[in-house]
Amino acid sequence: MANPAREALLDPLFNNNPIALQVLGICSALAVTTKMDTAVVMSIAVISVLTLSNFFVSLIRNQIPTNIRIIIQLTIIASLVIVTDQILKAYVYEISKQLSVFVGLIITNCIIMGRAEAFAMQNPPALSIIDGLGNGLGYALILMMTAAIREVFGSGRFFGIPVLPVVSDGGWYTPNGLLVLSPGAFFIIGFFIWALRVWKPDQVEAE
Amino acid sequence: MQRSASYSILFAAVVCLVCAVLVSVSAVSLKTRQDDNAFLDKQRNVLIAAGLAGEDEVLSREEIQERFGPIESVVVDLRSGEERSDVDPQTFDQRKATSDPQTSRAMPNNPAGIQRVPHQALVYRLVENGELGLLILPIEGKGLWSTLYGFIALDADLDTIRGITFYEHKETPGLGGEVDNPRWKALWLGRRAFGEGGEGAEPRIEVIRGQAGSPAEDPYRVDGLSGATMTSRGVGRLVRFWLGDEGFAPYLDTLRTGSRG
Repeated sequence: MANPAREALLDPLFNNNPIALQVLGICSALAVTTKMDTAVVMSIAVISVLTLSNFFVSLIRNQIPTNIRIIIQLTIIASLVIVTDQILKAYVYEISKQLSVFVGLIITNCIIMGRAEAFAMQNPPALSIIDGLGNGLGYALILMMTAAIREVFGSGRFFGIPVLPVVSDGGWYTPNGLLVLSPGAFFIIGFFIWALRVWKPDQVEAE
Repeated sequence: MQRSASYSILFAAVVCLVCAVLVSVSAVSLKTRQDDNAFLDKQRNVLIAAGLAGEDEVLSREEIQERFGPIESVVVDLRSGEERSDVDPQTFDQRKATSDPQTSRAMPNNPAGIQRVPHQALVYRLVENGELGLLILPIEGKGLWSTLYGFIALDADLDTIRGITFYEHKETPGLGGEVDNPRWKALWLGRRAFGEGGEGAEPRIEVIRGQAGSPAEDPYRVDGLSGATMTSRGVGRLVRFWLGDEGFAPYLDTLRTGSRG
């Protein structure tokens, strides 16, 4: 892949996925994936914050004094997260109630600071935007896949619409309670990482 | 790159200023919309408690306002039990009143874990053909982790429970969080809060461990939530507190005398 823009966008999906390979951002991935709609809104929030923070950090990368660069990055990220939270509260109130603290916790999501520090500080704004978008999509991909499995098998629903008739509503499917709890997400993400490393053996750490 | 200390400070100040402006502008410009959302959400929960809206029903702003039409908001003096027509229910903020020492009183140790009780509270009345159809009372109290905020709806006989809902809490999802489960809330319907005692009776409704019978043969007990003993106990206690003497009992007495006289 010679094209750096293409690489920045597509690489984080499978080759260098922030959750599956770097194992970053796990905390929120466990918390918001019990239902598809919260996972989708969270993904959009993270993609926007990541893209914009990469852009702004990259824009002033040559002016940022090295010794305070982390604080500056965090200030930018935190401001973007607060604005995102305000927008969610104003436009998707129900879902923002369910996401509760996890939108605020995007500030501490390692993926965002990781990309600001590792990529945006060295690359021009346009490329940084693409990198932010790519990593955001990589995060979103894992989130969606986890949420799909958890919602379908944990509560028999998909986007809130019943797909498997559960016993409590007179159906035949007994929901798997483990999937609704956080450890369920741990197992699912673990299986994803396993599958990905079987598919791409170069991701396995050297012994 | 290495720069002088004064450059770093200046740079940090400029970044902070820009970010502060960004955050303030978004917070201020979206404030009215957010308050509006919170207000509609509360109205929606009053409707759910009153059985006028389904649990998962998606309602537009207009639908909420339309269904809220027959519901009157009234501010009530908790100690005297009188309605206060001089207080505007639109601007009355019960949470603010609860935290302000001027408009509330401290509550000594009580099972519901309530710290302060406001002098005045905002209640909702569903009026049908000029008569009281349903009375919807705000309730709050401690569960396991958090304070639960919700509503309970009483029938015109001021005894039969017609609905209960919680619109804000931070109980464990899947365990205590099941207070949101429509099937559990449905267990409250038709149960009786006070029973035969009539005026001055202590509220009898309780949440038990295990299963209660049908409302007809076991009217004062509701099934506990499995795996959430503390939350269940908290809900029972807070319901009894707000229906008791420190809560809405004086107002209920006023309504009983009013309807009789």
